[in-house]
Amino acid sequence: MWDKIKDFASEFFVTGDPMILGAQVSIALAIVAIVFVLTFFKKWRWLWTEWLTTVDHKRIGVMYIICSLLMLFRGGVDALLMRMQLAAPQLEFLNADHYNAIFTTHGVIMIFFMAMPLMFGLFNIVVPLQIGARDVAFPFLNSFSFWMFFFGAMLFNVSFVIGGSPDAGWLAYPPLSGLEGSPGLGQDFYIWGIQISGMGSLATGINFIATIIKMRAPGMKLMQMPMFTWSTMASCVTIIFAFPILTVTLFLLYLDRFVGTHFFTLDGGGNPMMYINLIWMWGHPEVYIVILPAFGILSEVVSTFSKKKLFGYKSMVFALMSISIVSFFTWAHHFFTMGSGAGVNTFFAISTMVIAIPTGVKVFNWLFTMVRGRISFTTPMMWVFAFIFCFVVGGMTGVMLSVAPADFQFHNSYFLIAHFHQVLIGGVVFGYFAGLTYWWPKVFGFRLHEGLGKWAFWLWNIGFYVCFFPQYALGFMGMTRRINTYSFDMGWQPLNVVSTVGAFLMGAAFLFQVWQIAHSIRVHKMDANGDSWGDGRTLEWSIPSPVPFYNFARTPQVTGTDDWWEKKQRAEAAGKSVYDMEAAEPLEPIHMPKNSNIPFIMSTFWFFAGFGFVWEWMWMVIPSLIGVIICMIARSFSYNTDYYVPVSEVERTEAALRGTN
Amino acid sequence: MAHVAKQANAAHGNGHHDEHHDHEDVKVFGFWLFIITDCILFGTLFATFAVLRGSTAAGPLPSDLIELTGIIVSTFILLTSSYTSGIAVLQMNKGNVKGLITWLGITVLLGAAFIYLEVTEFIHLVHEGAAITTSAYWSAFFTLVGTHGLHVSIGLVWMIGLMLQLKRRGITPVTKRKVTIISLYWHFLDVIWIFVFTFVYLMGVM
Repeated sequence: MWDKIKDFASEFFVTGDPMILGAQVSIALAIVAIVFVLTFFKKWRWLWTEWLTTVDHKRIGVMYIICSLLMLFRGGVDALLMRMQLAAPQLEFLNADHYNAIFTTHGVIMIFFMAMPLMFGLFNIVVPLQIGARDVAFPFLNSFSFWMFFFGAMLFNVSFVIGGSPDAGWLAYPPLSGLEGSPGLGQDFYIWGIQISGMGSLATGINFIATIIKMRAPGMKLMQMPMFTWSTMASCVTIIFAFPILTVTLFLLYLDRFVGTHFFTLDGGGNPMMYINLIWMWGHPEVYIVILPAFGILSEVVSTFSKKKLFGYKSMVFALMSISIVSFFTWAHHFFTMGSGAGVNTFFAISTMVIAIPTGVKVFNWLFTMVRGRISFTTPMMWVFAFIFCFVVGGMTGVMLSVAPADFQFHNSYFLIAHFHQVLIGGVVFGYFAGLTYWWPKVFGFRLHEGLGKWAFWLWNIGFYVCFFPQYALGFMGMTRRINTYSFDMGWQPLNVVSTVGAFLMGAAFLFQVWQIAHSIRVHKMDANGDSWGDGRTLEWSIPSPVPFYNFARTPQVTGTDDWWEKKQRAEAAGKSVYDMEAAEPLEPIHMPKNSNIPFIMSTFWFFAGFGFVWEWMWMVIPSLIGVIICMIARSFSYNTDYYVPVSEVERTEAALRGTN
Repeated sequence: MAHVAKQANAAHGNGHHDEHHDHEDVKVFGFWLFIITDCILFGTLFATFAVLRGSTAAGPLPSDLIELTGIIVSTFILLTSSYTSGIAVLQMNKGNVKGLITWLGITVLLGAAFIYLEVTEFIHLVHEGAAITTSAYWSAFFTLVGTHGLHVSIGLVWMIGLMLQLKRRGITPVTKRKVTIISLYWHFLDVIWIFVFTFVYLMGVM
């Protein structure tokens, strides 16, 4: 009996690596600590009713962001481990297998479990407030999306200590990711982790399109929406067209592994190159899915801190929407070397270059917004400057890569690595940091510490260029991606050392951000009226921060773009307080959705179904899937899903929130 | 949250009925968006099938094994079920709960007959030596046709659940929206089947 348990445990847990053992022990200790704290302070009930079952878009947004920052930490540690290994030739810090696992999980975590949830978190917090809505169109579905993301991420992360990490690259090309190339369980964790969180992403895409189309405050025309809302729309349209392709592709890969079909196998007529086409038909739109909201954030921040209307509103909308369409016609530029022939390569080279046009339009719009503006150099605005410079250079190296004949030289070299990190860090991450600092006071009622924020800002920026500029050169010198070591004769060491130093500077920058948040939570001044930066232009700044659960006490009546700014101007002209003018309007009972425990329970069942599929434990899969179906039926049969908040309660809440005026 | 527990019954006045109607409309709109995603899902499977059309790896060919007669019968059954689900919606618009439930029931029976025929066809194919693992062609065939079949089966469970709700609650704005949505789903599956019938069966045999 004891031997049986021991056998099982040695197969179940990843063993034989001191670093992973350390991680296992610390994970176990962390779980014990969390359980202890929750029990000691009697917080279980609070956790369940206020957070785990909530359908409030603001709380869901906060949970998304917490998870994404944790994932940024894990992905970042992976990156530092890789940079350590590459700092000197012939190092044996990580062996080849471990290195493969680490670059795979680094990529997957950063895209799926860091960038996506950070983006969804900002959608959730900001979009309903910007359009004057009480919640998203489908609050229940929204909660479901979050928990599917959460359990998908857990399933993926658990592979690191249980069963073994995936190690076939972040997009898991077959035949390497097939059963013969990767007989372990890592690929199955990869497939089910992404599949489960992908269902959540798809639902979020649907949810936010419906929210933006159907839930806008009366009077707000499409062409009067704030630019972040437009960028959310562009991103979500791309999500609903791209994510089903990912779902099918990974499903087919799983069938190849689990059932023995021949979609992507080398025998039986399978076609591995079809996988690469399919995955990039999702994968290229995916990078636009995450960058488009960053463009929206920039537009909001630039116009707020230049105290001017955004320059070229219509061209901005046109640029966002055209990128979301053209993004579907560029996928083959990821494999010009496949041998599709000159005609195909030419088409994809040109479509890729075409994307630079709307992007250029945006950059000029931001610059012209600043011209003659009264710019305040707050941290969010600093991130905007960093973004514009970094993204433009990154974009230009992208145009270099799009030149198909030249790409035969750059393909899969460190030049490519430097390029996509420049657009993903310099674009997505810097942009989201701008958004996070900009909307932080809306969520918590106080601003983040500026001084520490600027430390983090400079360390990120210096670290970035020190880390990635040498990599462009290393690419030209012939260093290819995904190699775990190199010989001394290659002459790559000096630049690699520089690059590693840069990576650690960015690691230090992250620590400054953690310090910034911790410090601001302890020492801060609460917001007086909700217009935290004093120059808010859009509706979210018209309500108190933190925002009451029903968002708007009175449904706002919108008359134009930057409605809140206009209202403030009108009030000033009339010599009255804008808040008094608002408070004069009568209140009505507010229709709100009720909390539900079904999304959490149903996603837990999905987690166990996924876990069972990974281990091929049908005794776990079948009951879990039945549990999923029962949850769906239970939801369908429950009719008591919403309620009205009485006027007296709204009055009381508003008086408490506005009382500090 | 304190406010969750508190129910403001007094507020359920007549003035809020419009808001309810609006919200049901939003859900129908959301379902149209879902149909877009499902179109892409099937589109990807059709593309996969098209790429692997000729990859039979010296195994059995579709033209040898597929018997068109049975497929034509099941096609007519599914098309008829789309028609009956349409009648169900007309009964709903007339306000006839009984007629609505009856026609939904007929739709379920036709859908179940379709699934029965599909399962028999699959068993027949496997007996003839064309399983999902036989070659890339048959992998794509079973996945595409099977995904459609899975959609129909989910629709059946859904429709039965809806019939129970209709029996208990009658025709309300909420149940009305639910019937509208499932009939959209059902017609959508019918359209997909027409493509399956054309590309997989007719073109596979010819």
